[in-house]
Amino acid sequence: MEGLTLSDAEQKYYSDLFSYCDIESTKKVASNGRVVELFRAAQLPNEVVLQIMELCGATRLGYFGRSQFYIALKLVAVAQSGLPLRVESINTVKDLPLPRFGASKNEQESRHTTSYSSDTENQGSYSGVIPPPPGRVQVKKGSVSHDTVQPRPSTDQQESTSPVVSPQQSPPTSPHSWRKHNRHPSGGNNERPLPGPGPFWSPFSEAQTGSSAGDAMWSGHSPPPPQENWVSFADTPPTSTLLAMHPASVQDQTTVRTVASATTANEIRRQSSSYDDPWKITDEQRQYYVNQFKTIQPDLNGFIPGSAAKEFFTKSKLPILELSHIWELSDFDKDGALTLDEFCAAFHLVVARKNGYDLPEKLPESLMPKLIDLEDSADVGDQSGEVGYSGSPAEAPPSKSPSMPSLNQTWPELNQSSEDTAIVHPVPIRMTPSKIHMQEMELKRTGSDHTNPTSPLLVKPPDLSEENKINSSVKFVSGNTVADGYSSSDSFTSDPEQIGNTVTRQRSHSGTSPDNTAPPPPPPRPHPSHSRSSSLDMNRTFTVTTGQQQAGVVAHPPAVPPRPQPSQAPGSHVHRPVDAEGLITHTSTSPQQIPEQPNFADFSQFEVFAASSVNEEPDDEAEMHPEVLQVEKTSDPSSSLRVAKPDGRVEEKTAASAPANVGKSTTPLAPPPKPIRRRLKSEDELRPEVDEHSQKTGVLAAVLASQPSIPRSVGKDKKAIQASIRRNKETNTVLARLNSELQQQLKDVLEERISLEVQLEQLRPFSHL
Amino acid sequence: MAVCIAVIAKENYPLYIRSIPAEHELKFHYTVHTSLDVVDEKVSAMGKALVDQRELYLGLLYPTEDYKVYGYVTNSKVKFVMVVDSSNTALRDNEIRSMFRKLHNSYTDVMCNPFYNPGDRIHSRAFDNMVTSMMVQGC
Repeated sequence: MEGLTLSDAEQKYYSDLFSYCDIESTKKVASNGRVVELFRAAQLPNEVVLQIMELCGATRLGYFGRSQFYIALKLVAVAQSGLPLRVESINTVKDLPLPRFGASKNEQESRHTTSYSSDTENQGSYSGVIPPPPGRVQVKKGSVSHDTVQPRPSTDQQESTSPVVSPQQSPPTSPHSWRKHNRHPSGGNNERPLPGPGPFWSPFSEAQTGSSAGDAMWSGHSPPPPQENWVSFADTPPTSTLLAMHPASVQDQTTVRTVASATTANEIRRQSSSYDDPWKITDEQRQYYVNQFKTIQPDLNGFIPGSAAKEFFTKSKLPILELSHIWELSDFDKDGALTLDEFCAAFHLVVARKNGYDLPEKLPESLMPKLIDLEDSADVGDQSGEVGYSGSPAEAPPSKSPSMPSLNQTWPELNQSSEDTAIVHPVPIRMTPSKIHMQEMELKRTGSDHTNPTSPLLVKPPDLSEENKINSSVKFVSGNTVADGYSSSDSFTSDPEQIGNTVTRQRSHSGTSPDNTAPPPPPPRPHPSHSRSSSLDMNRTFTVTTGQQQAGVVAHPPAVPPRPQPSQAPGSHVHRPVDAEGLITHTSTSPQQIPEQPNFADFSQFEVFAASSVNEEPDDEAEMHPEVLQVEKTSDPSSSLRVAKPDGRVEEKTAASAPANVGKSTTPLAPPPKPIRRRLKSEDELRPEVDEHSQKTGVLAAVLASQPSIPRSVGKDKKAIQASIRRNKETNTVLARLNSELQQQLKDVLEERISLEVQLEQLRPFSHL
Repeated sequence: MAVCIAVIAKENYPLYIRSIPAEHELKFHYTVHTSLDVVDEKVSAMGKALVDQRELYLGLLYPTEDYKVYGYVTNSKVKFVMVVDSSNTALRDNEIRSMFRKLHNSYTDVMCNPFYNPGDRIHSRAFDNMVTSMMVQGC
């Protein structure tokens, strides 16, 4: 016949009745015998009964097949409701009370209760026989059962009905697209008390488990009781209570059950846990869920990623919106993945939804993931819910005792932990002066530090230059324009690229310098990392050049000594780069650079730095740098040095880079500007960086050469440290002064800019807003 | 009290918009739409600076006599626009910021839902609840 949509309750009820009538287990019910009695018990006029039989096709077939029987039952319900009998009414009538059959009700109910409780399974099987109700969305059932559902007959006994019913299960052909639903009534028909969860939906599984036990009982009882029941029922007016129950709990088989089996309250509850006590998960259910979880994620402690869960739940054919809501409810820690608990909660909600239960607004307590792996065992009231440790499926087995309160208590803890896991710990970023910070950012962005893990400085100059060019150029421009004193403007404008390079390099230096300061460099660093403000790696230059430049360096910091030998510095630097020993050269240059630094106008220091840094940097950037260096070199190194960065650091850096470049060009193997950068950032930092760089890269001869210098510096640590400290302090003051001057220049420039903008605004008529 | 909260996608179409007094819904739609220009302007103004440093909270976009419009843009160019009643002077900038933070968190949760396709309208109940709470109490 046409597709018959049965609610869960209905299905159970019908299946029970069918079983009841199917005395011979032939899956066919003769027109006579029980069926007739049953229909008579429905207290319908004979004509109606005949009409029903005709409609359902039994007269055609001569017997009641399962589907016919179901249809007939449905029609009985329709008739009993006073609605006209129509074929369409089978499916169209919603909220149809279960067909009431006179006296037999009591017994049937009692029997059915169990079977109903085993709703799930029965339905599954039934669905196979009957044109599968659409996605088992039994609206009626859900709504009603909710209210009235008293704990459905607990699984065990009630389940007994299921075995009886199982015969029909033969072909769960039910196109339940959801294979899981497949309750395989597998064949076992009778005995299949839906053993264990199997591929059944948990609710069904529950029923099954229950039924198994009950099976025997039931089967044993069914034959006799029916008869007796019939008789007795006929006599006794449909137990008013039962009847009363019926109307009230129409689709709510559970209610019937509850009425019928007070003793089985627990069972009922278990059964209906998915419905009545809506959100409790029974053992069978939980076991089923766990098995399903395993199919997706073998590790029960692990997570199911969102995509896998999506596919899985999409099979349930629920609308995406509802699935989305279910997900929101069940993904407790909002991590986009489901733990075992979350998965069980989601599964449970899906099952409930398919059975017609409305989704709650917030996750019910019983479904909240808990630390304790509790199972909502037969406890009626206990909402063990889904407590479950995702990792202990073994414990899943009935341990329902746990009290909700305990669960609740654990829950907050779990919550916190889960929340904690979702917390992303902020990565501390050294907030050095903006320049350095920005440079760091740029460095990081440019993915610098190819070779040197600890020093993000290793950014290819070309890349850096390109990226930073603009930024640096911007800064430089402002600085340049302002720093008249520093002939940087000229150089800057003329060598934007160089500047960019230098800037990038410097940035990388600055970026790394903080980093370098953090991790202890391999060789003991005598000097603490320089503070950011010092773009010049005075420390490095000082310490490195323990012997040589220190003296010179010392001289510089105290005052802004005239540039010792601006020309010399570059020259020396140039020479230095030639040296394989980057460090040494670096140090040699650094002292020179340092003295020069105080003279911001004199960027020869930078050149020196650049050269030295270049020398020292043994990185692969050497290749890159050579080009850059050459460019810079060709251009006026000093001019590039003069790039007047608003920050003294910048200047230093450029200077450093320039020299580095110079050095590089001269020595292809010279370490890339990394060391230069370091220096720029802070003497201390740079120095260690340089050392580190040299050590790490070890690719170039310079690196190798530089390495020896490290031990040297180490050897003189104490003295060098003190000296470098002094030097650094002096340099700091100098640089600070420079910084303030540049800042002032910057302010002036900004003021100009503002005034220009105001004029522009006046001229342009309210372009925006 | 926020009177209107809207979530605008990167392509400037609304993913979620809700206003409290129903009759002014259209007016708020229009307001939010016009405020998008201001958002873009602010974003581009900061564009020169490093993206990393760009702040998500844009602040007051557009004050009118009746209400004020605040903006917030995420790194994926999803914009949150909030229209607040001007008469509510108790709302401080910090509160607005915290409201945006909550919005952002809720939006992230919506994104985490595998059943949500980015670009769809937001139908999440949890998100709705959060927005409702914000609109009612304004915090």
